[in-house]
Amino acid sequence: MKTLVEAVNQALHEELERDPRVFVMGEDVGVMGGVFRATSGLLERFGPDRCFDTPLAEAGIVGTAVGLALAGWRPVCEMQFDAFSYPALDQVIAHVGRYRARSSGHAEMAMVLRMPYGGGVRAPELHQDSPEAHYAHTAGIKVAVPSTPADARGLLSAAIRDPDPVIVLEPKRLYRAPRGEVSEGDGLVPLGRARIAAPGDDLTLIAYGAMVSVALDARGELLDRGISAEVIDLRTLTPLDEDTILKSLAKTGRAVVVQEAPRTCGFAAEVAAVLAERSIFDLRGPVVRVTGYDIPYPCSSMEDAYLPSVQRVTAAARHTMEFE
Amino acid sequence: MKDASFLDRLAPDELRALYRDMVLLRVFDEQATAYSRQGRLCTYAICWGHEAIQAGALRALAATDWVFPSYRETAVGLLREMPIEKVLSWLRGEPAGLWDPYEHCVANICVPIGTHVPHAVGFAWGSRLKGEDRCSLVFFGDGATSEGAFHEGLTFAGVVRAPVVLVCNNNGWAISTPVSAQTGAEKLADKAIGYGIPAIRVDGGDVLAVYEATRRAVERARAGGGPTFIEAVTYRMAPHATADEPSLYWDEERVSAERKRECLIRYEQQLEDLGVLRDEDVERAHERSRADVRAAMAVIEARPPSPATTMFDFAYADPPPRVVRDRDALEREGDAQ
Repeated sequence: MKTLVEAVNQALHEELERDPRVFVMGEDVGVMGGVFRATSGLLERFGPDRCFDTPLAEAGIVGTAVGLALAGWRPVCEMQFDAFSYPALDQVIAHVGRYRARSSGHAEMAMVLRMPYGGGVRAPELHQDSPEAHYAHTAGIKVAVPSTPADARGLLSAAIRDPDPVIVLEPKRLYRAPRGEVSEGDGLVPLGRARIAAPGDDLTLIAYGAMVSVALDARGELLDRGISAEVIDLRTLTPLDEDTILKSLAKTGRAVVVQEAPRTCGFAAEVAAVLAERSIFDLRGPVVRVTGYDIPYPCSSMEDAYLPSVQRVTAAARHTMEFE
Repeated sequence: MKDASFLDRLAPDELRALYRDMVLLRVFDEQATAYSRQGRLCTYAICWGHEAIQAGALRALAATDWVFPSYRETAVGLLREMPIEKVLSWLRGEPAGLWDPYEHCVANICVPIGTHVPHAVGFAWGSRLKGEDRCSLVFFGDGATSEGAFHEGLTFAGVVRAPVVLVCNNNGWAISTPVSAQTGAEKLADKAIGYGIPAIRVDGGDVLAVYEATRRAVERARAGGGPTFIEAVTYRMAPHATADEPSLYWDEERVSAERKRECLIRYEQQLEDLGVLRDEDVERAHERSRADVRAAMAVIEARPPSPATTMFDFAYADPPPRVVRDRDALEREGDAQ
């Protein structure tokens, strides 16, 4: 049984072993093994030409990764925290997402940016952001968000092997608990395929990252009230597994989408739009979003009230169940 | 800086006040570290051993000059009469810690590395454009000199000749990355030269040297001479923060050697040699600071937590209807519980 961060570490060991082009880089990833120890042991095993402690410069990390990728490497960059990736957005948006198109498909940006993200751990300012919408909105890149140790390993391995750039957002509040089985060898989790985390018939709860466990807890409470909710863990935001969510909606007719990021233009809006565009006649009630608020992430003493709670998810579910 | 003549600029009373400043920072730091480890504060970026840089630089400023701190200088407002409760509240993740930067001319703590360097430059520039006789001072670390925002900030400072003092706290480490792996430059001060900014390198463990370098930089800035870069060289003798595990990367022997020549002991010795500090001054300064920090902690721990709806209070001057709706719904949820 492994924690999510140990599963990330396993995937990095396996992929560095498997492909000599894989190159891990980031702040404190080498000697220290990363501030969360996700890269622990890589420097000792693979040396500084495969696991590199970079200067403190995120735009430099991603910018040089673009060059490394052009030179035939497959960089796996760590951004130390979610909000520390913002200086690198220039490179991500202007170059990482565009290089393939810019070069008529000749230049591959086979790189991964992985970062701990999200709140709920009483961290200081700018250590709790959920920046997935910035990345999902950037064409040319993919975005994966594991919620279990097995998926953390499987999605990261798939991301590293993918010919396109992939952002992997690791929910830091799940880094150390709970533990889960993580396979070795094969067992990739293909990008673009969601997972039914728990089956149900009356309502579809759609979530990703740390919000999956909130949705599962809400499902338990709803069951006590006689409502059977199906919980879908998206696992990959882009490409979005539309088939899985539409199939569930065809069965339940009702959906609640949960994200911890602020609401406006958040990823839940994309999911709601897909449901409305492709399945309006399956809908028996409004698609309801449960999200963080449209304010900067608050002081840690009040983050529990900011983050979607089981109570808010069940209230949203009951609201959409009221429609006939 | 061996020349003692600059000591004439500080009267014995001021030398002792500077000492009390350092003690306050030291005591605050030790207490905050302990509170953080006890779970009474969130993660705290330790400033042990950096007191000479912070107190020395602040003393060279006028009260109306602005300070732009990084998280290493969380407590620097205390030297400007900011209540200790404010800083402790900030570290406790309480909205009471979100201070008004205009009150003490101390900008809010900057967490993303180096991103506040251009802020200090813009503030100094904007003040001069308005004809105001004030400058700004920004603290940042050795790692920050790798960030793009640092370089763009210095570019502007050089072009507009902003009255800004750029204080680089070079403590040798960016978490686990030594400065030798941070840059190919021989000295961080060299970086400023390329932007047309004069630079000086001082012993960051010598509070009077930091004071004097800052004093000269401020004098230059006020005279229209533009920015100055000060590289204050010290050594990080404590973990980066309370969540850090430096045993993974640092050299214990070097750390214990450095601790023997840390800045507070050095200044104490200097003042004793000059005959301006008595044992009872030392004791009184420590005891008073300890009592003040403890009292402040007791105050904030006794305070009822702010209502969660406080988080909506200041996001907008004119909150959009959706934000108002969310706020009201949260209030109803709270009432229902």
